[in-house]
Amino acid sequence: MLTIVLVGLNHKTAPVELRECLAFSKEEKSIALEALPQHPSISEVVLISTCNRVEILMTGNDPEEAIKAVESFFCRVKKLSLFQFENSLYFYVGDEAVRHFFRVASSLDSMMVGESQILGQIKEAYRTATGKNATSVILNRLLHRTFSVAKRVRTETGIGDHAVSISYAAIELGRKIFGSLEKKDVLLVGAGEMAELAVEHLIRNRVGCIFVSNRTFERAVELAGRFNGKALRFDEIPNYLEKIDIVISSTGAPGFIIHHQQIKKIMRPRRNRPVFFIDIAVPRDIDPEINRINNAYVYDIDDLKEIVDENIEDRNMEALKGERIVDEAVIGFRNWYESLAVVPTIVALKNKLETIARSEISKTVSLRHFSNADCLALEKMTNAMVNKILHDPIYFLKNPGNHIDNAVYLDMTRRLFDLNE
Amino acid sequence: MKIFIIITVLMYLLSSAAYLAYLFLQKDRLYKIGYGLFSAGFFSHSIALALALITSGHLPAGNLPGNLLIAGWTLSAAFIFFHFKFKLKVMGIFAAPLAGLIMVLVYGLNWEPMPAETIFNNFWFVLHIITIFSGEAMFALACAAGILYLTQEHAIKTKQRGFFFNRLPSLELLDTTGYACIAGGFTLLTIGLITGLVYAKMVWGRFLSWDPKEIWSGISWLVYAVLLHERLTVGWRGRKAAIWSIIGFAVLLFTFLGVNFFLEGHHGEFTRW
Repeated sequence: MLTIVLVGLNHKTAPVELRECLAFSKEEKSIALEALPQHPSISEVVLISTCNRVEILMTGNDPEEAIKAVESFFCRVKKLSLFQFENSLYFYVGDEAVRHFFRVASSLDSMMVGESQILGQIKEAYRTATGKNATSVILNRLLHRTFSVAKRVRTETGIGDHAVSISYAAIELGRKIFGSLEKKDVLLVGAGEMAELAVEHLIRNRVGCIFVSNRTFERAVELAGRFNGKALRFDEIPNYLEKIDIVISSTGAPGFIIHHQQIKKIMRPRRNRPVFFIDIAVPRDIDPEINRINNAYVYDIDDLKEIVDENIEDRNMEALKGERIVDEAVIGFRNWYESLAVVPTIVALKNKLETIARSEISKTVSLRHFSNADCLALEKMTNAMVNKILHDPIYFLKNPGNHIDNAVYLDMTRRLFDLNE
Repeated sequence: MKIFIIITVLMYLLSSAAYLAYLFLQKDRLYKIGYGLFSAGFFSHSIALALALITSGHLPAGNLPGNLLIAGWTLSAAFIFFHFKFKLKVMGIFAAPLAGLIMVLVYGLNWEPMPAETIFNNFWFVLHIITIFSGEAMFALACAAGILYLTQEHAIKTKQRGFFFNRLPSLELLDTTGYACIAGGFTLLTIGLITGLVYAKMVWGRFLSWDPKEIWSGISWLVYAVLLHERLTVGWRGRKAAIWSIIGFAVLLFTFLGVNFFLEGHHGEFTRW
């Protein structure tokens, strides 16, 4: 009987240098998918390689040999010696492998719990593996279960609900104020990774014009080019505040850049349309008093950080629910997997035929007036027929020598005779 | 007819429960159930109203339960309309219990068909009743939107977020809904007042008799007129508009019920039971 084996490493077990080293390129993936199943103790393979993890999911009849095969494959393809990565690898067999894989796909094992990319990456990996004919009954079933478990975790828990990065939290707040961010004009003052990330999020939300301003005008022009926006001189800012809906500020200025009085003045010409200030600078750029003006909202970096922390806490709470769903799914999968064993399948098959025979005999007997001797003869004949019919299939299932992957035939038998209640 | 009122009450109350559960659990299925129950209640409510119309031969606006029956119906109709238009799910939190409460009162007050008084069978009168009630239903929804706006705005301004932040829609949506309700309500109220004046002229021979109900109706109309005027000219929106629509509704509620209980006037039969 084939066993499910998983070999891998992730951000918790391996430093980034090693992960970089062991990550598989597209070509290496196809090499692996062709080479690994050649090994006598490996029959199916799915390979997942992202920047945070490498996972090799296999089925084989000898887990230890399979693991060794993977290790030597790593050494050969990546030109490393075993001791360089040995300690970073983890191995799971059977139920534990299934559980680990479910957890990875549901993003319960991710660096950022609840991120949604991993599921797409696994789907892609599965597609590649099926393209190379590297999967069969067990992994096909396991992967399909994985996709539905991951979907359940996502829809039934709030694991992916709230923003866990500063820039994304700011965008979510913007949505709570404006509803849709479409056509809102944005001003970016200063520069910086977080601020630029926020602008990119905004662009994805199809905002209107993007204005960029900077102490050095050249930098503003450069950024404006990147965002397809318009560069403003620093002293032009006040003239534009009237038409701008979202201000992201991130300068190194020692004092406030936008003052309470300035905004108070423009609210009337703005006809009180809401304006949202995102202040990522330290020290702050935007006068916090502005938050007291009606329809003006100011969030500084601490406020945003607080939201992110709260959201991370929420996610961890939700992750517990996710673990429960995974546990359930592992049990469900185990039941299916165990049904693939030879003996239960044969017993179920025999039971099914005998039940049919018995009920047909009693039907016939009740219609006619047979003597006891006739009844016995009838029963004997039916039993003989059942046994003769079953002889060849049972022999075939019990002697997997001439077909390697018995799981296929067991599964087929169960489906043909509808043995999975 | 009694049975339909009971069904209506039941549906509205169950719908309220579903909406309340939706507020806490945030499962889309719950609000769909709530909306379905509400629609069922509205259907049975319509039958009850139609039966009242048939048994008495005119709009049952002659006494308090009759009036509440109409008021509840227009409120439900307005809610269904706005739900359709703006997809503002949380509004059900207000609309369903309010409609339920109104129908409980109708049930408790025990509506009896009034003897058909000829004065009720008049085109202007029917139009007056319908527009006034629909307008009031719209203002009730505007008030609800205002309360939700203030709650959400408080959550965002104080940065405390908490329970409502995730559950309420964006400020913009709440503000637009409130504005749409006010604009619609104001149009209906204006038509209602004009038809009322025309009707008064036909029945009593004069447009205005300076009766307290008339005066307070005028005051309510002015409150909303100010709000709309300021919104259109200087762009009163958000917090100010929300507060104003709540005040407006308080004045309106006083006009609707308070005047009859505390002051005298020719709308006296309105609250009789």
